Amino acid sequence: MPPILDIIDLRKSYAGGFEALKGVSLQIERGEIIALLGPNGAGKTTLISTVCGITSATSGQVLVGGHDINTSFRAARSMIGLVPQEVALEPFETVINTVKFSQGLFGKKRDLAAIEKILKQLSLFDKRNSQLKELSGGMKRRVLIAKALAHEPRVLFLDEPTAGVDVELRKDMWDIVADLKADGVTIILTTHYIEEAEAIADRVGIIANGELLLVEDKTTLMAQMGKKQLEVQLTAPLSVIPKGLANYDLTLAPSGDALIYTYDTKSERTGITQLLNDVAKAGLSLRDLVTRQSSLEDIFVTLVKEDAA
Amino acid sequence: MNWTAIRAIYVFEMARFFRTFLQSLISPVISTSLYFVVFGAAIGSRIDEIDGVSYGAFIVPGLIMLTVMTQAISNASFGIYFPKFIGTIYELLSAPVSFFEIVLGYVGAAATKALFIGIIILITSFFFVSIDIQHPIAMFAFLVLTCISFSLFGFIIGIWARNFEQLQLVPLLIVTPLVFLGGSFYSITMLPPVWQTISMFNPVVYLVSGFRWAFFGIEDVPVITSLFAIGLFSGLCLFAVYWIFKTGWRIRQ
Repeated sequence: MPPILDIIDLRKSYAGGFEALKGVSLQIERGEIIALLGPNGAGKTTLISTVCGITSATSGQVLVGGHDINTSFRAARSMIGLVPQEVALEPFETVINTVKFSQGLFGKKRDLAAIEKILKQLSLFDKRNSQLKELSGGMKRRVLIAKALAHEPRVLFLDEPTAGVDVELRKDMWDIVADLKADGVTIILTTHYIEEAEAIADRVGIIANGELLLVEDKTTLMAQMGKKQLEVQLTAPLSVIPKGLANYDLTLAPSGDALIYTYDTKSERTGITQLLNDVAKAGLSLRDLVTRQSSLEDIFVTLVKEDAA
Repeated sequence: MNWTAIRAIYVFEMARFFRTFLQSLISPVISTSLYFVVFGAAIGSRIDEIDGVSYGAFIVPGLIMLTVMTQAISNASFGIYFPKFIGTIYELLSAPVSFFEIVLGYVGAAATKALFIGIIILITSFFFVSIDIQHPIAMFAFLVLTCISFSLFGFIIGIWARNFEQLQLVPLLIVTPLVFLGGSFYSITMLPPVWQTISMFNPVVYLVSGFRWAFFGIEDVPVITSLFAIGLFSGLCLFAVYWIFKTGWRIRQ
């Protein structure tokens, strides 16, 4: 099956010569959740805006469900829903009317049952007759999602959906995303929060300076690039690492009561069994063992630093 | 043609009008009544009939034109400027709609509001003067054409404006003077010859003259010229709107 979203060598330059996108190519499969990570000004929003038709590309091609966004813009855009980064809503309009407007604008015949379902799913049904200016920031974000879903899109763009929202609402958003995925909706989200990508994405793309540095399956990425550490906590502190353990890449914790062993998760043998044997041979007594895996955040910081270097 | 989308924009825009229905209704009625008191009663009592029409009745077409033009411009310009200002324009740009459909929705709604207010003023004027409309169909056609063409013009201003000051600039500095100097409250034949010639460069003269002809059968310029002028103005506005959407001027980066 062809990808639901096919971005081919997409470039965007501004009149001043600034290149916001430097030939981005990306294929996204049906029903997957992809998180685009990147620092401010990396080109995440430009990428989304160009795919959605808000910004015109300088060159390149984008196909949504096989439809070109320029030559078959109606078919392509009907499949897309967009939740923008900024909360932009008509303040005096009611929740239900603004959602009805979005449904009609995207060419879908009035379907109140579908709107009711969306509003209930987003816990907005009780507020349906409230004016938008009366809602809290979190509620307004939910309205933006409801508007984007009103025409039942197959591809949903969430541009920093949880920026500035509280922890509870962020978790709610993640649940909503999971529900949408279950309905077969493809989701592309940009985020600053690595934990968000880690929690909900299937694949992670890292953007910096208008380039897509990598796109990788989240677990593969973690496994490939993730270093793991084993902390061997000792009952008595040491001043130096015993000679019998000199062959290992060990560091001594500042307090001296733990040995830290860094190993690669992708290698066939991690050397842990041998290390523990040698620790016993060296006459050290263990208090506890702790393992730690580097997070997506560590990977992200490393990659962006490498790119800037 | 995405009629569902056009309807959605139209209904959404009309909802704004109905939210402030009383305001929309009362304000033109009051201002028209004031014009009748000041121009019709106070000044008009000292002015003879113009081409056999009492001064009070004579100003009715000009009065309707004045309000319809300013209302059409302000409704249409605000209608498209507001989404730009608050950021909701992202939805229009990402929707499966063509420029023509967006224009139909916004301009259609702005023109309807202006037409509605024009009719209210006409009804109000019946309370002050007696009017016998000679060509009612032509009158209605002129009214509708003016509503549409000036809504188109307002739409362009709304796209062009970068702030609220600019939004007011064209209506205040250009449209209002043109309307006042366009024979709304007098026949341009009453002017000295030099000013008559200058007035011929004012497009509003043609609109008011054509509209007045529909009411009383009197005209400053031939009615066919009026029709041509309004057609030309609409065509120019339509072309400008087409160009704006083709190039994304001031709306799409």
